[in-house]
Amino acid sequence: MSDFPFLSVLTVAPLVGALVVALLPRSRPQLAKQVAFGWSLAVLVLSVFMWGAFQAGGDRLQFRESYSWIPQWGVNFTFAADGIALVMLMLIAVLVPLVILASWHDAESSKRSVPVYFALLLILESTMIGVFAAADVFLFYVFFEVMLVPMYFLIGSFGGHQRQYAAVKFFLYSLVGGLFMLAAVIGLWVVGGKTFDWQALTQIDMSTGTERWLFLGFFVAFAIKAPFFPFHTWLPDAGGAAPAGAAALLVGVMDKVGTFGILRYCLPLFPEASKWFAPYAIALALIGIIYAALLAVGQNDLKRLVSYTSIAHFGFIGVGIFAFTTQAGTGAVLYMLNHGLATGLLFLVVGMFVARRGSALISDFGGAGKLVPVLAGVFFFAGLASLALPGTAPFISEFLVLIGTYTVNKPVAVIATLGIILAAAYVLWMVQRTTQGTLNPALTQAEGMRRDITLREKVVVAPLIALIVLLGFYPKPVTDVINPAVQATMQDVGKSDPAPTNGGVQEASK
Amino acid sequence: MTELKLPSIDYAALAPILIMLGAALVGVLIEAFVPRRLRHAVQLGAALLAVLAALYFVVDNAGERQITIGGAIAVDGPTLFLQGAILVLAAMALLLIGERSIERGGAFVAQAAVVAGSEDDRRQAEESGGATEVYPLTTFAIGGMLIFVAANDLLTMFISLEVFSLPLYLLCALARRRRLLSQEAAMKYFLLGAYASAFFLFGVALVYGFTSGIPGRTAGVDFATIHAAVADSPSSPVLLYAGMALLAIGLLFKAAAAPFHVWTPDVYQGAPTPVTAFMAACTKVAAFGALLRVFYVAFSGSAWNFTPVLGTVAILTMLVGAVLAVTQTDIKRLLAYSSIANAGYLLVGVLALNKEGLSGTMFYLVAYGFSVLAAFAVVTLVRDADGEATHLSRWAGLGRRSPFFAALFTFILLAFAGIPLTSGFTSKFAVFGAAIEGGQSWLVIAGVLTSMILAFPYLRVVVMMWLSEPGESTPTVSVPGGLTAAALMIGVLATLVLGVAPGPLLDLANGAAEFVR
Repeated sequence: MSDFPFLSVLTVAPLVGALVVALLPRSRPQLAKQVAFGWSLAVLVLSVFMWGAFQAGGDRLQFRESYSWIPQWGVNFTFAADGIALVMLMLIAVLVPLVILASWHDAESSKRSVPVYFALLLILESTMIGVFAAADVFLFYVFFEVMLVPMYFLIGSFGGHQRQYAAVKFFLYSLVGGLFMLAAVIGLWVVGGKTFDWQALTQIDMSTGTERWLFLGFFVAFAIKAPFFPFHTWLPDAGGAAPAGAAALLVGVMDKVGTFGILRYCLPLFPEASKWFAPYAIALALIGIIYAALLAVGQNDLKRLVSYTSIAHFGFIGVGIFAFTTQAGTGAVLYMLNHGLATGLLFLVVGMFVARRGSALISDFGGAGKLVPVLAGVFFFAGLASLALPGTAPFISEFLVLIGTYTVNKPVAVIATLGIILAAAYVLWMVQRTTQGTLNPALTQAEGMRRDITLREKVVVAPLIALIVLLGFYPKPVTDVINPAVQATMQDVGKSDPAPTNGGVQEASK
Repeated sequence: MTELKLPSIDYAALAPILIMLGAALVGVLIEAFVPRRLRHAVQLGAALLAVLAALYFVVDNAGERQITIGGAIAVDGPTLFLQGAILVLAAMALLLIGERSIERGGAFVAQAAVVAGSEDDRRQAEESGGATEVYPLTTFAIGGMLIFVAANDLLTMFISLEVFSLPLYLLCALARRRRLLSQEAAMKYFLLGAYASAFFLFGVALVYGFTSGIPGRTAGVDFATIHAAVADSPSSPVLLYAGMALLAIGLLFKAAAAPFHVWTPDVYQGAPTPVTAFMAACTKVAAFGALLRVFYVAFSGSAWNFTPVLGTVAILTMLVGAVLAVTQTDIKRLLAYSSIANAGYLLVGVLALNKEGLSGTMFYLVAYGFSVLAAFAVVTLVRDADGEATHLSRWAGLGRRSPFFAALFTFILLAFAGIPLTSGFTSKFAVFGAAIEGGQSWLVIAGVLTSMILAFPYLRVVVMMWLSEPGESTPTVSVPGGLTAAALMIGVLATLVLGVAPGPLLDLANGAAEFVR
């Protein structure tokens, strides 16, 4: 089974599904949804098999496949996954079917074609899988850019208020980052002797100046994608305007390409430059944690609020990556997964509220818990997971990041901890203003608010809640996969862990 | 009287050129002798046949490396590659030019001499078929371009420049609709083109003077002589610098590089759209073919001197094209500025001054030619009662009205923006990669920065087409006739194939990337 070409099949399969869905007639929206959902489930099943075939203690890059593409430039279709990529691929495979299910009625409200909406979701899945599975820098770049196109149309065609502005801003920001990366990719290619193979490129020597410039090219692209302060302004607009399902994928998975890219490309390819730039990156991440959290407190739009919380969370991931300890690194990767689950859940639940009320403004809600108690409960849970309450999965990752950072850099860890307090503020306040307190009389007028969580919505949230709780108590299966990959990355950077001072946590991360 | 020594002539190597020029003459005869109602079909058929025959001989000559007809024409890899490119793109342009089912009588005026706006004019716009003189004119232009990229001395180059420019000036004036705009465009193009030609000719004279000033050498304007003269140039090569600058002005004018670009938007907008497409694709190839030959073969020894200047021109071109494209409200003008910016990217490839630069530039020319032809083919389709609706506001909501053509156009725009899996990306990669290898990183950084700016206008059109609601005035897209449909599909498919699998063409370009001196 391990010889099965998992990664290429996983990349191509959703694309074929998208083609099938797109060719369905507009008059058969129901069929389009079912096909799309079934297809994404098939991808999930295949991913589960892949997870089973992955050997946690084995090679760093597994499932390697390589096919020649443009021999003149040394470009190959090379796919390979390390533990980090594997975890992200699983996250995609889990989230996409849920998003499709959650978006069941989304596309109908607009006058747009329903099959196109679901075809775009599947194209997006294909490109996102490709970007994590690529082990050829050129191929990675191709997916990195092409990924923008389906998301652009998802936001622009099916989004809410200000969707055009948000879509263009999203596209331009990402494209700007991508073009910086293109210059660096070409530079790397010339320096590296005309190869794009990731493994070969990790071996090359280059001068310090070149390395720093190339690092910057990649880092800017990833920092915009992630996004880190000060490149973040597109995310609240895009997240606020995108349909909830697309927003969950945007923030839950697509933005992780940024942090994944830093781990996979910046650190191993440019180790010296990574160390040299680390203080600056950490500073940006810290500013992001505090600044975005403060902005989140002040938001009156649920989707924008969740987007801002994500920027704060990406700050944590950034701190974890650039602390250069295995603990913090493992925490950061685990954070990427858990954030995808928790924020994905939060976005989907917000989407359910928005679908009922027809508005994402917090001031349009108030006391909603009296009308839809179960949905409000799920919302509360998603909020708690997002603020990393112990017992939920994000707690483990946040704790690992902080403890791993504390061993090498105490002030940073202390400042980052402030973010936890602010997280409590924005989440609890959001929940309070939306679902608790006196009932907003306008809410009773809204038709949808009389219906509590439906069966379809329960099916959407249940797996996410289960995963969040499960990984909150028993993260070992995931950390086992992540740890070797992170250790290898840290070895590339040439950082060894400081002597352990706290055996208990060390245990938890093993 | 001394005996004249005749130069040896390899007719097989010259066959493509001879066929095109012969076909042009035959076209003139057809114009005189074939009955009016048959002319259109016969002319189009003859022109296409000639292009295909010429293409056959280009392919047949593959691998040829020689200088023939007394040193006037060089037949080598780049010549054949670029001649092939010109012929393929010209065939597509001919399909657009020959289209008559979208608009009654085609895109061309029946009698250019009728006063614009008069009663006669209105009548001919309603009824008559378009002028068939456009075919001999086009074939003359193609023939001139074939010589232009093969010219091995500056005089041949100058003559071929005129051979392909004069028909183009005329073609610009032949639009059926908006004739004043069309005539104005032709006038502007002609006057500025005449200046540029004068600059070029003066440059030739100065370079001749430069070569004659070197003791112990015969003077001449063929590239081998110039190359040798540059190699052991005397103390003060003022003549060389001045001559080189003037030659560059003439060529950069044709290539639409800033600051010699001002004619481009007006001419692109005023000319009949098929002619605009022809110019955007084929003139670009011809102009850059000549630029490559002049700077790689004749002046390569002086690279240290012209690289900074041409580099500045390249950056200026990219910047002007990108920034001004942002402000455009007319699709043809937008594409004109985009073509200016693309001239800048092509210059980046030229300035790499290595084998990769040569092959990358040639690859770019072909890729861009296909995309731009397809783009203008779509422009000919979007129309209302008054002809083409080129104002951008009119394109709002086109995606809803005609999703298929809007999707094709979106794909072309994404290619222009350099999104991967389109030829726009692979071609940019080819020239930028070559430039970094050639030590011109600064040009690549400028190229990347301007690409960001340039993405905005393209994206704006995409937004217009898909995300805006169709208004009352959103024109419909005509169902294309077979000819336009063929050209459009070839262009779109080429853009896709060259983006997904550029390998074969890259091989071809790499194999061809060696000049004969």
